Amino acid sequence: MAENTQHRVVGIDLGTTNSLVAIMQGGVPVVIPGEDGSPIVPSVVAFDQETHAGFAVGNAAREVLLTAPGNAVYSVKRLMGRDLADVEPELKLFPFKLADGLQPGEVLKLNIGGLTLTPPEVSAYVLLQLKKNAERFLGGPVTKAVITVPAYFNDAQRQATKDAGRIAGLDVLRLVNEPTAAALAYGLDKNADGSAREGIIAVYDFGGGTFDISILKLHEGIFEVISTGGDTHLGGDDIDNLLLAVAIDDIRGDLGVDITQDPAAMQALRKVVIEAKIELSAADSARLAVELQGGRLYAREITRAQFEGLIASVIERTAAPVRQALKDADLSPEQIDEVVMVGGSTRVPAVRTLVSQLFGLEARGKKLHTELNPDEVVALGAAVQAQILSGTEHAVTNDLLLLDVTPLSLGIEALGGVVAKIIQRNSTIPASATEHFTTGVDGQTTVAIHVLQGERELAKDCRSLARFDLKGIPPMVAGLPRIEVKFLIDANGILHVSAREQRSGQQAQVEVKPTYGLTDEQVETMILDSFDNAESDIEARLVIEARNEANTILEATRKARQQPVWQQLTADEHDAINAALTSVEASLKSEDHKVIRNTIAQLDQHTRRLAELMMDSAVSGALGGKKMATADEGLGGEIGAPTTAPHAFAPAQISESEDSSPADVLQAAENDPETPAESTED
Amino acid sequence: MSQANTLAAPDYFSLFELPRHLNLDPSALEKTFYAKSRRLHPDRFAARPLAEQEAALAASSQLNDAYRTLKDPIARTEYLLSLEGVQMDEQSRAATDAAKAAGTAKKQVAPPDLLEEAFELNMQLEEMRMAKKMGEDDPATRTELEGARERFTAMLHELEDKLHALWNDWDTHTEAGEEAAKTSTRDAMVALLNRRSYARNLVRDVNEALD
Repeated sequence: MAENTQHRVVGIDLGTTNSLVAIMQGGVPVVIPGEDGSPIVPSVVAFDQETHAGFAVGNAAREVLLTAPGNAVYSVKRLMGRDLADVEPELKLFPFKLADGLQPGEVLKLNIGGLTLTPPEVSAYVLLQLKKNAERFLGGPVTKAVITVPAYFNDAQRQATKDAGRIAGLDVLRLVNEPTAAALAYGLDKNADGSAREGIIAVYDFGGGTFDISILKLHEGIFEVISTGGDTHLGGDDIDNLLLAVAIDDIRGDLGVDITQDPAAMQALRKVVIEAKIELSAADSARLAVELQGGRLYAREITRAQFEGLIASVIERTAAPVRQALKDADLSPEQIDEVVMVGGSTRVPAVRTLVSQLFGLEARGKKLHTELNPDEVVALGAAVQAQILSGTEHAVTNDLLLLDVTPLSLGIEALGGVVAKIIQRNSTIPASATEHFTTGVDGQTTVAIHVLQGERELAKDCRSLARFDLKGIPPMVAGLPRIEVKFLIDANGILHVSAREQRSGQQAQVEVKPTYGLTDEQVETMILDSFDNAESDIEARLVIEARNEANTILEATRKARQQPVWQQLTADEHDAINAALTSVEASLKSEDHKVIRNTIAQLDQHTRRLAELMMDSAVSGALGGKKMATADEGLGGEIGAPTTAPHAFAPAQISESEDSSPADVLQAAENDPETPAESTED
Repeated sequence: MSQANTLAAPDYFSLFELPRHLNLDPSALEKTFYAKSRRLHPDRFAARPLAEQEAALAASSQLNDAYRTLKDPIARTEYLLSLEGVQMDEQSRAATDAAKAAGTAKKQVAPPDLLEEAFELNMQLEEMRMAKKMGEDDPATRTELEGARERFTAMLHELEDKLHALWNDWDTHTEAGEEAAKTSTRDAMVALLNRRSYARNLVRDVNEALD
């Protein structure tokens, strides 16, 4: 078969922790390695002016996380398609630094290394890296992709993912649900002899930040999803945070040190905790060991049993969605023929035990499917779907068809804030519903409609998807207009709305404003040319943002000069400020953001006393003060939301480097040479 | 998005090339659904021009809507009755929501023979809710409610059997073209669905109170 580059469509798993790209080669899906030989690209993006391109993705960005945590971001998938109010709990657990002055309902923006970026833009950098890896591997341009999303992602989260693809210059042919992709990768539709296999399978997908359960029916190559459920904020991250909370408590209790105030130390601790977690999947115990400021060491032994006790509540949270999905499918656990395990968190033995129990596998002499690498299986499935969509004929994929469902019910807000459901969850997509609306007042020309997603009775408890006005209704007696509104959920699980006034035959204008999300125009302005041009792109943005900041401080300083406190400064101080002001003004013409930042820093320094005086005199000036007060907030934050970590553990060992040998404490950690505590040898 | 012309859309029965019968073979329905999905699903058109993609989206959403409606016995019956010009307002979700919104009881016509028992049941439900509010259990009321749940659940099963009998009548009369008999069967189905919806709501309320 001629592998026409025109038809090349890649499959991308855009994960919370790791991302991968895969493609079909000769009827077999393969993951594509990066320059370092590994197919796994950690979903970490750094904007660090020290790195040569001004940004870094993957392992390189992970390094920045340890050296300059404020310049890197991870787990951004948790923020996709979400609102300020939704992410409140996340902010306690993740060092996301939100941009100042965000309004409720506005698209979230993050501050990373002096840049202001939305979550889809950050994700786009990960996609750019994957695209680059694929182009390098295939030796030609890659412009089309299938991207996977958690099955339980709502409309806003899906739209944000699609936007990320577009920003990265990819034509996203389809968003595929991760568990469905995994089922495809396992090829359970065929018996060993190649004959078609019928049956019911469950896919349990427990990843870095999300949990999904999907139940599918297989029939002659058709993968029909019957029900799906999940939690888009439940994953390995939560396990890490529990372990982190224990360590933070230890360090605070025994040493009186609040490590959460030290972002770099927090990232080092997080790294150690994740390594211990991974180790505990194979070993009976693991050791946490990390060097704190001043050469002090923190170390603790954790046994498998302690670990399992600690995380029991997290993994037990996956049971309810599993039971609900079975109930929705009208099936008993015994009716499930095969169970497929997906996502890194399914490596935890306790998770496997729980799932075996949930489906009564042992009693039936069955085993979980864990043959494929749980980190790769979603990307492999995405590659299969990519080939299906590419339109190329291939014996392997010709008969395959995915019939997926919408995970959440779609409704509209009725009188009294009640939600009237119009498309039930687990409906096969594409799905549509038609509703009729009328006016309540004579001559009324617009009708407001509020669309929601979720299972709750009241609008305030559901996810608001969009509010829109039906406009251009011809003036008529109240109740006479009959406006037909069609709601259509496409094969990506994304909603489309169209409307028509039937009495006049007039097409009512519908301007659907997403409640949380970017407009098409906004996405258009964010599109990144390519990986190679991203550098100049970032440079341009840094210049713009530096200019904005310069203008803000210039204006504040000019205003301050009119204030009475200005007279309290000496003539020398006046001169210094005026000179610094002039150089900021001059630097505005520069195309180098560093030049602008330097002049800002100087002006900032010279105006420090002025700012203090202004604060003292209770003048709520905007000068400097706010910036200084908030500069150190946000990073690290108040980690350890489960502040009362279960403490069934033996006390931690804390050693002062002066009086005990670090080697003793760290001895047990030597099987992991990458433990940062090794640095004590320096 | 292109404007779907719903007026010209074929009804769900014709879409599946089925007569307007209420008895149908679920496995045959599924087979047709799979065969049509293979032809119409948007995945088959992802590499085609935009117009074809949009047509596939419209056609496959219609197919899925139709399959969803036809495979569910109650939705199928209600849909057929709507094709026969019956407004299933009393049973509809919309009516329930409107009533909820207005803060009034849904104006559902209680089947007269159920009135007395339903009245008593509502009293017991109220007692149970009060007890729950106080954080207490009320074993006597609980027992009575459990009894009521059993009775109404049995009634639901019985109604389903009766509905199947009416399906047979409907299909026979449709085959024979007996319009008058069809009309009386139609009316009987409307009354039965109304009764079923009433019983189902009672069971739901009892379940909620007992939870």
